[in-house]
Amino acid sequence: MPEVNAYKPKIVAFCCNWCSYAGADLAGTNRLNYPADVKIIRVPCSCRVNPMFILRAFQRGADGVILCGCHPGDCHYTTGNYYARRRMTLLFSMLDYLGIEKERTRVEWVSAAEGAKFAATMNDFVSTVAALGENKRLEDLRCKE
Amino acid sequence: MQGMMIARAKELLQNGTVNRVLGWQTGEFVYDITPAVFETAEELDEKFVYNAFCGNNLSKYLVKETKKDGKILVFLKPCDTYSFNQLLTEHRFDREKVYAIGIPCDGKTSGEMVKSKGLSGITGIDEDGDNITVHTIYEDKTFNRDEILEERCRTCKSKKHVAYDELIGEDGEVLDSHRFDMVAKLEAMTPDERFAFWRSQLSKCIRCNACRNVCPACTCEKCVFDNPASGIAQKAAADSFEENMFHIIRAFHVAGRCTDCGECSRVCPQNIPLHLLNRKFIKDIDELYGDYQAGAEVGSRAPLVNYTAEDVEPSIVYHREGK
Amino acid sequence: MLKISLSKIQDLFAAIAADEALYIPADNAGQPQFMRWQEGLAMTDALNTVRSAKDFFFPQTENLVSFKIQGKSIEIVDPRTETEDFVVFGVRACDVRSFSILDRVFLVDPKDTYYENRRKHGTLVSMACSRPAETCFCHTFGIDAAEPEGDAVCWKTEDSLYIRANTEKGEKLLEKLRPMMEECGDEAVKAQQEKTHEILGKLPLNNFTTEKFDGDVLLKVFNSDKWKSLSEACLGCGTCTFVCPTCQCYDIRDFDTGHGVQRFRCWDSCMYSDFTLMASGNPRTSQLERFRQRFMHKLVYFPANNDGIYGCVGCGRCLSKCPISMNIVKVAKCLEGEL
Repeated sequence: MPEVNAYKPKIVAFCCNWCSYAGADLAGTNRLNYPADVKIIRVPCSCRVNPMFILRAFQRGADGVILCGCHPGDCHYTTGNYYARRRMTLLFSMLDYLGIEKERTRVEWVSAAEGAKFAATMNDFVSTVAALGENKRLEDLRCKE
Repeated sequence: MQGMMIARAKELLQNGTVNRVLGWQTGEFVYDITPAVFETAEELDEKFVYNAFCGNNLSKYLVKETKKDGKILVFLKPCDTYSFNQLLTEHRFDREKVYAIGIPCDGKTSGEMVKSKGLSGITGIDEDGDNITVHTIYEDKTFNRDEILEERCRTCKSKKHVAYDELIGEDGEVLDSHRFDMVAKLEAMTPDERFAFWRSQLSKCIRCNACRNVCPACTCEKCVFDNPASGIAQKAAADSFEENMFHIIRAFHVAGRCTDCGECSRVCPQNIPLHLLNRKFIKDIDELYGDYQAGAEVGSRAPLVNYTAEDVEPSIVYHREGK
Repeated sequence: MLKISLSKIQDLFAAIAADEALYIPADNAGQPQFMRWQEGLAMTDALNTVRSAKDFFFPQTENLVSFKIQGKSIEIVDPRTETEDFVVFGVRACDVRSFSILDRVFLVDPKDTYYENRRKHGTLVSMACSRPAETCFCHTFGIDAAEPEGDAVCWKTEDSLYIRANTEKGEKLLEKLRPMMEECGDEAVKAQQEKTHEILGKLPLNNFTTEKFDGDVLLKVFNSDKWKSLSEACLGCGTCTFVCPTCQCYDIRDFDTGHGVQRFRCWDSCMYSDFTLMASGNPRTSQLERFRQRFMHKLVYFPANNDGIYGCVGCGRCLSKCPISMNIVKVAKCLEGEL
């Protein structure tokens, strides 16, 4: 029997308006399950997300942060996700360099047609972060209840 | 060298090529040298100095100085010329208003560096080729120059001037430096060890903003950390999170634009090795997107405002062993 | 006067720490800093800590009040708890003096109760200097590095630590330590003091004085045209302010925690561009004005309002830490010529 008060990680998912957010929608209309602990924040494009967004999500209590955007080459704005890709690669590498668990951050490309991928990605990410436990290394104690 | 520089500066002032000279001036002791603007030959004679303690990178002052009337002469060490180019690339100052003289550099030391060797009460320094003798009220001690050079100079990346109107002395070469050794050493540690290392370093931060204010790449009119509307303008790190965030965001903002001049680490009152953050980005950029040296040429496109369709995926971070 | 062998200094620390918190200057990742003593923590040989001892009474950040928000109700929470008793050991003469300056700011009406609370609970054990550095100029302000103030004062010789109480608080502390120490005369201390005074006489800033600065020269100094060249290279960072033992300006800010608000104060620096920012704008628009403010405050305004006491103790931290090596000594020497 599963524990009633089992630890549930808080996940923030930044989803681009044109692909991934629609992908999440599709997952919903298809009644695909993914944990309710994933809080989606819609952004116009994956490249709207600057490193501060990721850090601030952790500050406010996120245990994992995932960025979802259109597949490379499919960006609504042609090149936005290419920039996001470089930025996130370097940011994640830096977090790892500071000793912060790299598994807490992820980038996944999810198109509007990939409802199933969205649900599968979220399920996988949530279980990865759940295995790591609470975010202790990039937390802000003042924001804890 | 100092004599040649003063003579040339006087000439250029006299013949009207420039109206002001940006250089270094002497202080109370031998090591406390201050960047200064000289307007007359007398001032130059009286105070201008160029020695092993002239570590300050003068290029950032050009942003302010070129807003004034007239032309300014600036002396640039090889590493300063990279900052000079990077600032030009970002259109931060008017090249027409600057006369740049490249000067050679054998590496710099600092009062802090000398003191870190256990010396106190410093009264004077003699430079004799590769030997530097420090006189104090307690003792005299002779060092090999390399021993008391700043870290950034021991791992000097280039003795070549990448920008100048004229050169005093010989130009050098881009060096095969070991500047990424410490980054690689950190990468090879376990995440727990890295975390402990950075916590012990970053927890010393007093948020004086010296690293930011001295940085030639930090020339925003209004820094996000000073903007009350940003929600993160806290003036002090009230939580370890803020210590991390300030330094991550600052390093990220200069990633691809940082020339690795090392001023951030030089000025840090707590001796936090901030250059190790910048060098991590430089190393990653070199490895993932191809070698890139910010400031090597004017107008080059920084890696973070560039892309190729074949760039690696962020997931590479999970697979790179020992990175 | 009491004495203990240096080899037993850890026992001494243990005895103090048995019933109050003890802080000693120690090495923190290469930098001398006051750290809470726990077994094995060794005292640094460094002349002084990077940050002064003012942190203990006026910390860089502290919560003044919290607001808990639930629905439409706001609960006000006072975070103040009774401060624990603590001892700061090894404070240098300059830093000890800084507290009489800070007291003039925080303990006049209306009293700063946060500061007052800590002052009440803190005991200062000072440490005489025997190897002053070239950046030292505490004698300019009448401080004797070999005879510091403080609740109790220590002298460290090659093999022993000598200690004497100056105040009731110090007496109380020494009472506790008496059993493990031995009574002695002050010959060794006198000898060390003599030597220290000799060294102080050889320091480059031995003749430095700020005598010419008083309230009468206010406008003359303020309007000097030297400020332009003095402030030319200033980066506008807060290093000088934050390492200074007497700088006491702070800002009060709100932090939104997501479930409430924490109102905290944190050190501020007059060198920062938004230091005097108000709803109507900023009266100090240039770095020259900000730079001038810092030195006017220390050399002119503070003594004019405080019986001639300068806002500086000559610890020399700004001399060694300023990124561009501009400091109060250079400023005073330069302006002095005008007076």
